[in-house]
Amino acid sequence: MTNRSSLRLNAALVIGGLLTALLLGTALLSLVWTPEVPTRVRVAMRLRAPLEAGLLGTDHFGRDVVSLLMVGAWNSLAIAWPAVLLGAAIGTAIGCAAAAWKGIADEIAMRVSDVVFAFPAVLSAIMIGALMGSGPLAAILAIAVFNVPVFARVTRGVALQVWTLDYIAAARAIGKHPLRITWEDVIPNIAGALIVQVTIQLALAILTEAGLSYLGLGVRPPNPSWGRMLSDAQTYLSQAPHLAIAPGIAIALSVLGLNLLGDGLRDALDPTLKDRGAAA
Amino acid sequence: MSKRFLAAALLLSASAVPALAAKTSLVVGMPIEPPGLDPTVAAPVAIREVTLANLYEGLVRIDRNGKVQPLLAKSWEISPDGLTYTFRLQEGVKFHDGTAFDSADVKFAFDRARDPKSTNAQKQIFAPIDSIETPDPKTVVIKLKETSGNFLTYLGWGDAVIVAPETAAGNAANPVGTGPFKFKSWTRGDRVELVRNTDYWQKDKVKLESVTFRFISDSQAQVAAVRAGDVDAFPNLAAPELFTEFQKDSRFKAVAGNTEGETVAGMNNAKKPFDDVRVRRALMHAIDRRALVEGAYSGFGTPIGSFFSPNHPAYVDTTGVMPYDPAKAKALLAEAGHGNGLSITIKTPQMAYASRSAELIAAMLAEVGVDLKIVPTEFPAKWIEEVFRNKDYDITIVSHTEPLDIDIFARDSYYFNYKNDRFKALIAEAARTTDEKARFAKYAEAQKILAEDVPALFLFQLPKLGVWNAKLRGLWENSPIPINDVTDVSWTE
Repeated sequence: MTNRSSLRLNAALVIGGLLTALLLGTALLSLVWTPEVPTRVRVAMRLRAPLEAGLLGTDHFGRDVVSLLMVGAWNSLAIAWPAVLLGAAIGTAIGCAAAAWKGIADEIAMRVSDVVFAFPAVLSAIMIGALMGSGPLAAILAIAVFNVPVFARVTRGVALQVWTLDYIAAARAIGKHPLRITWEDVIPNIAGALIVQVTIQLALAILTEAGLSYLGLGVRPPNPSWGRMLSDAQTYLSQAPHLAIAPGIAIALSVLGLNLLGDGLRDALDPTLKDRGAAA
Repeated sequence: MSKRFLAAALLLSASAVPALAAKTSLVVGMPIEPPGLDPTVAAPVAIREVTLANLYEGLVRIDRNGKVQPLLAKSWEISPDGLTYTFRLQEGVKFHDGTAFDSADVKFAFDRARDPKSTNAQKQIFAPIDSIETPDPKTVVIKLKETSGNFLTYLGWGDAVIVAPETAAGNAANPVGTGPFKFKSWTRGDRVELVRNTDYWQKDKVKLESVTFRFISDSQAQVAAVRAGDVDAFPNLAAPELFTEFQKDSRFKAVAGNTEGETVAGMNNAKKPFDDVRVRRALMHAIDRRALVEGAYSGFGTPIGSFFSPNHPAYVDTTGVMPYDPAKAKALLAEAGHGNGLSITIKTPQMAYASRSAELIAAMLAEVGVDLKIVPTEFPAKWIEEVFRNKDYDITIVSHTEPLDIDIFARDSYYFNYKNDRFKALIAEAARTTDEKARFAKYAEAQKILAEDVPALFLFQLPKLGVWNAKLRGLWENSPIPINDVTDVSWTE
């Protein structure tokens, strides 16, 4: 954060920011307004084409697709955000500890990370779902588990560099406790890298949530979810392709937006992070 | 170059000549793979759909109209008191292993099924049997303890097929019966192959040389397989929205028939608030069955008001007893003390008809102030454990595909936890009544009791959406019992 003044605008940052703002805005708007009640079933109006009923038509129960997408945006973020934040908090703590104490603590933290990293989020979601029943909580935990090693590695990498700096050596020389050094000196210096990583992981989390809901492991019906909209749409593909295209585009734009925002933020905050980010 | 091409074309056309004669192989697609191939030891419908009438035969058979016809028994007499059945058996029948079929096999098969240790899924078939006598190899005399009105019909079910003492133990993996087809191989997760039984006692009836059952669970893969010709017939397509496409295609025959599957949302009658009949009635009044059929099954399927198949001659239409009436539903809920709302859960298996119905029911109940939470469960294993055995549920939803199974509401330990002594007595009486008219009248009364008492939300009769090659003849349009009888199937060219 030393070069905060040099936050430069770039194309990725602008487009990513706009798309992400659209996602956030839609999600927040859905809390107070949707064109129709998203869960209201109107069987007489099922499978209407876009503009025939509502902007994007209706689904197999006659529900309004625009309203479903809007609430789906909120449900998607409501799982992705807490999952990434939880994963980031735990992962950052582990990464900082590994960088601060090195040696055997570092070795254990990294090898455990490797093991956890080997499990795809879908697999952990199925395991967690089997243990505590599938649902939004299981999805959040599964995505969080998958995020922990990612943040542990990124944090350790950048924190190790910070620990080699002279003023940290000075702080250690005057007997400052490693915990205080981490909190007061290391974390503020790696915050930029963490914010970038959170943005990118959010995109992944939205994609994973859609995947889990597609498999029936995420948001529970009748609460709308993009992933389940996709899975519901597949057998209607020849009759009503808009049912698959609409949530597909919503997922693609959200993921694209967050990824661009992440890239843009990285370039803007600290160009030297570029290579490292790609390696992570 | 062009010469070689011509030669190749000639060769091709030469090898294509035999194909112009009528095809003699059949590939049948099924959504679920059977866990074994012995219908006398386990309940799954898929076992019967592969084996009944193809591999195994019973004393009688149920024809495509649901009527009882002679099979291994060529005729029978029933004593005037309805307690003694004398069956005359067919001559010259052999099991697939070459051993002859006689009365001792019948006695063995039925004694095995009614043994206390037997895991036969329909023991009520054999419960009235007192003794089985075999005066000679071609005669079987069955004495009953009490009259049984459905006894002959039951003997046509998969649970009552005749197996041989030498091979019965291995039938689940290596089935041996008397049917028109013999078991060839089973590739787990993929297919079961049968070949023609050249020693079959009604040899002239059978036109196919081989039958393959392929198991395809994904509904889009089912449709793709039929389109590509990998599967000649899919008698029971899972996705109704894909069925409509075949109706427009002249290469295929698309038939919407009936099954014996009553789709019901069973309630835990012993648990609050479902122990209050006003709550159960309110929930029934809140459901628009027509809209449900439209939304969950693309309009195929008949709404039902009780637990009886519209195919059965004793069926009475009870959909008007508790009609769709949200205002009345609200009033009944208020009367029962739930005017401020009610929160309940529905355990929903993964089948498309079940999860779609659950979503629609949740939306309909929301209109009358009931918050229905959908909890997914996996069928059969998890559902059997949680709902069927432990009765740990509020509401669930599943289709009951056994024919004439209204008696499940008279069983004490059944998952509905429903107890009604009048109903129980009536069902027992109906089972004993041999006079058809009197028995049907009792079933009609039983249907009305259930329609009034609503132990489960009665939704719709599951249709049988069959799709097959337009050149195929002889497949069944309806499923009066779970069966894929291909004995009469043939190709027209």
